[in-house]
Amino acid sequence: MDMAYIWPVTIAIGAGTFGLRILFIQLFGKIKMPPLLKRSLRFIPPAVLSALVFPALFYPETTLDVSWGNEKLLAGIIAAIVAWRTGNVLLTVFLGMVILWLLKSFIEHGIF
Amino acid sequence: MRGKEGFLAGARDIAPILLGVVPFAMVSGIAAVGAGLSMASAMGMSVFIFAGAAQLAAVQLIGIGAAPLVIISTALIINLRFVMYSASIAPHFQHLTQRWKCLYAYLLTDQAYAVSISRFSIDRHIDRGWYYFGASFVLWVVWQIFTLTGILLGSGVPKSWGLDFAVPLTFMILLVKALGDNATVVSALVGGIIAVAAKPLPYNLGLLVAALCGIGAGLFLEKSLEKKSAAENI
Repeated sequence: MDMAYIWPVTIAIGAGTFGLRILFIQLFGKIKMPPLLKRSLRFIPPAVLSALVFPALFYPETTLDVSWGNEKLLAGIIAAIVAWRTGNVLLTVFLGMVILWLLKSFIEHGIF
Repeated sequence: MRGKEGFLAGARDIAPILLGVVPFAMVSGIAAVGAGLSMASAMGMSVFIFAGAAQLAAVQLIGIGAAPLVIISTALIINLRFVMYSASIAPHFQHLTQRWKCLYAYLLTDQAYAVSISRFSIDRHIDRGWYYFGASFVLWVVWQIFTLTGILLGSGVPKSWGLDFAVPLTFMILLVKALGDNATVVSALVGGIIAVAAKPLPYNLGLLVAALCGIGAGLFLEKSLEKKSAAENI
């Protein structure tokens, strides 16, 4: 069922992540963190996360879709507001999914 | 005795944080099977990687058929933050044997790090190794149990429900929490917009390009703001 590369990819990420986790515990006092890396670290979450989120909303399938017919974009915008106002994971995911399903069935039944 | 005390103190201090970890673990299980992973590989990811955001990113990228190297690089960039935690917590682990260092490194998470480092800074008498073990191990157990719960829930749901959309929804929460000053907001906007523009690049390389541009934009803005405030102070 799985794509053949899933296990190798999992092992590679797991090994690499372990390396990052143990790096300074192991080499304590022997190496210093490069200043540029140190300054970059706080920008990794905002930059990477939005690079994952934006395309998932603007490319519902394989093509760019900025229209009212893009239910993922609409559901995503509403969920973003919920995320921002409440900070609640379950509520955001739940509302986002429900809105997606509602919009999909509206569009399928030609209500929009 | 001090060991047991330390372990229990760590377990107690991580408990309130688990409330936030449970839904995240469930969503990561649901999303993994939603993206088409088998139950075994979804659980394998949770055990071998044991880092929620990187797991979710990998799942999303597997779902859209990104190249393996892009998947691995993205996950490792997300996990670069562990280098910072590793450096910060290292002095407290130097008395441990190699085996414990390896175990503690594997168990390192945002939450276990945050709880431990704040306790270490106010409490000089706690057994640090055992305290950290209590916090990180309890988190590990809860993470695995609720990932499995999510996998079981998710595998009962037909693919047409599009449960893989739970991944970007979860990232939104993390994204909102990652936004602080103007430099981080600019970093996010640049990363997001370039990711959309560069989406047609082969192997989903656009993602890595966008992430690097976003990080660069944040650094650039931070530097120019520093210069400006330095100039104003003269």
